[in-house]
Amino acid sequence: MSRLKPAQILRNGDSVPLAEVTILEMDAFFTAVKQEAAAQGRVIALFASPAGDEFDLFALIAHDWQGTLALLRTRVVDRYPSLTPELPAVHLFEREIAEQYGVVPEGHPWFKPVRFHRSYSAGDAWGRDQQPLIPGDMDYYRVEGSDVHEVAVGPVHAGVIEPGHFRFQCHGEKVLHMEISLGYQHRGLEPLLQGKPGPATMQRLETVAGDSTIAHATAYARICESLSHTAVPPRAEAIRALALELERLANHVGDIGGLATDIGYLPTASYCGRLRGDYLNLTADICGSRFGRTLVRPGGVAYDIDKDRAEKMSKQLALVTRDTKGALALFFDCPSVLARLEGTGQVAMDDAEALGLVGVAGRACGLAVDARLHHPWGAYIRNFDQAVFEETGDVHARAKVRQREIVNSISWVNQALSTLPDSPLIERPGRLAPESLAVTLVEGWRGEVAHVALTDKQGAFSRYKIVDPSFRNWSGLAMALRDEQISDFPLCNKSFNLSYCGFDL
Amino acid sequence: MLKILRERFRQGYRTFPYLKKDPVIAERFRGRPQLPIEPCALDCHACRDACPYGAVQIDQGRVGIDLGLCTFCGDCATACPSGTLTFSRDHRLATRKRDDLLVGPAELQLAAALDERMKKLFGRSLKLRQVSAGGCNACEADINVLGTLVFDLGRYGIQFVASPRHADGLLVTGPVTENMKSALLDTYAAVPEPKLVIASGACAIGGGPFRGSPEVNNGIGDLLPVDLYIPGCPPHPWTTLDGLLRLLGRLERR
Repeated sequence: MSRLKPAQILRNGDSVPLAEVTILEMDAFFTAVKQEAAAQGRVIALFASPAGDEFDLFALIAHDWQGTLALLRTRVVDRYPSLTPELPAVHLFEREIAEQYGVVPEGHPWFKPVRFHRSYSAGDAWGRDQQPLIPGDMDYYRVEGSDVHEVAVGPVHAGVIEPGHFRFQCHGEKVLHMEISLGYQHRGLEPLLQGKPGPATMQRLETVAGDSTIAHATAYARICESLSHTAVPPRAEAIRALALELERLANHVGDIGGLATDIGYLPTASYCGRLRGDYLNLTADICGSRFGRTLVRPGGVAYDIDKDRAEKMSKQLALVTRDTKGALALFFDCPSVLARLEGTGQVAMDDAEALGLVGVAGRACGLAVDARLHHPWGAYIRNFDQAVFEETGDVHARAKVRQREIVNSISWVNQALSTLPDSPLIERPGRLAPESLAVTLVEGWRGEVAHVALTDKQGAFSRYKIVDPSFRNWSGLAMALRDEQISDFPLCNKSFNLSYCGFDL
Repeated sequence: MLKILRERFRQGYRTFPYLKKDPVIAERFRGRPQLPIEPCALDCHACRDACPYGAVQIDQGRVGIDLGLCTFCGDCATACPSGTLTFSRDHRLATRKRDDLLVGPAELQLAAALDERMKKLFGRSLKLRQVSAGGCNACEADINVLGTLVFDLGRYGIQFVASPRHADGLLVTGPVTENMKSALLDTYAAVPEPKLVIASGACAIGGGPFRGSPEVNNGIGDLLPVDLYIPGCPPHPWTTLDGLLRLLGRLERR
C-alpha cells in the first residue's frame, strides 16, 4: 500500500519551524494518523494548541525501528470525529483535549473528564460551565446484577501515597472491572509553563513527578537545547545518563521491596527499603539532593563528578550492589514468592499494544518500547544495547523486567563513573527559536517521558505538552485487574507503581 | 531458611542510632542557610533576583531567607558574588511558628516542644495520618523512608496510620490543590480532638514550585492551624525526624 507523505519526519530532540509543518485537511489528517499507526507506528502524543479562534491538533507517531517520529498537524474548530474507536491508544489524549479546550471528539466511547479542571478556552465539553467542578464526579462504568457490588476507594488512601479514586465492580471477590478517576494532584502545570522559560521553569519540570526528576528535567533541558541549537558537552551527557540510571535503580529496587512488602516477604522488603535510600544518597553525592534536584540544567549539568568523587561513589556502589544482589536473590529464589507473582495481574500483549503501554509495563508484555534503544540521545547513542523484555505480562514479568534492569543499570553506572569524558559541564543555551516545535523523548524508570514545546514569535513557550508514562499506563492497571481477586489490587498496583502527579500535571 | 539467615547476617544491622550520633549527610546537601552577619556591602541584590519564589529578602543590606518559600535550590548562593551567602549541611530546620522560618544571621528558632498536656498525651505515642494534597510525591517518598530500618520511626513511638479516626494528627504534603481541598478538610474533621497538624515541605508551607498557580492554595496555612513546619523540597528524612522529635520534647537539650 502506498503511503501519503504529509508527515514531517523528526528524530528525538529535533525542532522544526512551525511554518514548515503542513496544516492538513481534517480528513487527510485522520487518514494519515491511521496509516502511520497501521505502519507499525505508535502514537506518543496527540494534543491541541490554540490558533486564533481555532485549534491546531498535533499528532506524533513513533516508528520505533526506524528511530523516527512522524509529526502531523490539522486545524479544528470545536469538534472532530474521534479516533478512539479505531485507535484505542489515543482515548485519554482525546479526553484531555476536550477538557483543556472544549474540543469534542465525536463518537468517543468513553467520554469523561480526565483531571476535573476548568477549560482553558471558552466552552466546557460536558456543559458544566455553571456548575461547581467536583473531582471524581462522572458516570462510572457499572455492572448490574443481584450479586454485584461496587467498592469505592480514595481519594485519601490508607498509606503514605498520593490521592486517587478507584471504583471496583465486583462479583464476590472477583473484580469484573476497575475504573480509575484521577485529577486530585492537578496543579495546572502546563499553563504555568506558557510564556516561559523563566526562573522557576526548571523546578516546575523537576516536580512533574518527584521520583522522575532527572527524566523530566532532561527532557525539558533537551527542549531548550533543541530550540537554541546548543550542543551539550559530552561530560554533561554522561553525568545526565548516569543520574538517570541511578534514578532507575532507586525506584526499581524500591519497587521490588514494595512487592515484597505486599506479599509479606519481609527480608527483601526491609533490605530493599534501605537500599533504595542508598541509591538516592548516591544521587545526593552528585548534587546534594536525593531526588537529583538542581543537577540537570539547560545546556548541561550544574555539578561535576571529579576523580575522587567518582572513586568514592564506585566504592559505595560496590557495597550497595552486593547487598542488592543478595536481597533480590532471596526474593526470586523463593517458591512461595514466585507462586504469588506468576499469573497474577496479566495483561495480554495485544491489549498492551492497543492501549499503547510504555516502559516497564509495556516491556513486561513483550512490547519492544525503550527510547534508549530506539530513539537514543546523549550518552545512549551507539552505547545502549541492554533493553530488557519479558513476555508473560503478569506481576512476575514486571518484577523480572525490574530485576534485570537493575543489573544493567548498575553496570552502566559503574562504566560511566570510570569513563567520564573530559569536557566543560555546560554550554549555556541562547535564545529559543521563535515559532518552532521541538520534541524530546527520555526513557525514565517508569517509561517514556515525552515533551513537546511550541514557541511564539518571541521564542517563549506558547504551548508545552508533557506526556508522563503514567498517562499511558493507568489503563494497563485497569486491564490487569480484570477477573482478578480484589485482594490482588495492592500487588498489581505496586507492580505498575504509576505516578498520580505525573498523570495529573 | 539457611539462605535467609546467611543474607540477614551479611546485610548486617543498619538502624542508625540517631539520638546518640549525628547522621551522615551528603557533602553537597543544602541545609540551613548561612547568612552574612554584617549588612551586605554590595548593593547587587543578585541573591534576591535569583530566587524564583521571593524567598530571599533584603532589608537595609541585611539578607534574610524565608525557609517556608525556599526550595533549597541554591541559586541565590550561586548568584552571590561575595560568597557570603551559603548553605550549611545542618539538617535541623523545623519550627513551630511560621514567622520563625524567616531566618536572618541569628540562630534559627528550632521547634519547641508541645505543652505539658499535649506532651503527656502524645509524647510517647504519636499516630499520624498523612494527607497528600498535591505536590510531586517526593515528600511522600521521603516520609515513607522513615519507615525503613535505617530510620525506624516506630522506635520513637511515632507511626503512620490508615485512618484519620485512629490518628492524633495530620501530616500534610502538597500545596493543596483545588481538587484536594475538601478531602483534606474532611480528613482533618475526622481526626478526634485534640489534634496536631504538621506542614511538611515547601508546598504545604507556601505552595513550593507551584506557588501562584490558580489550581493550588499556596499551602495549608489559611486552611488549618499548623503546629509544626518542616521546610525542604522535599525535607530530608533526618529533617523530618528531628522536627517530630523536637515537637514531642525528645530533643530539648540539643
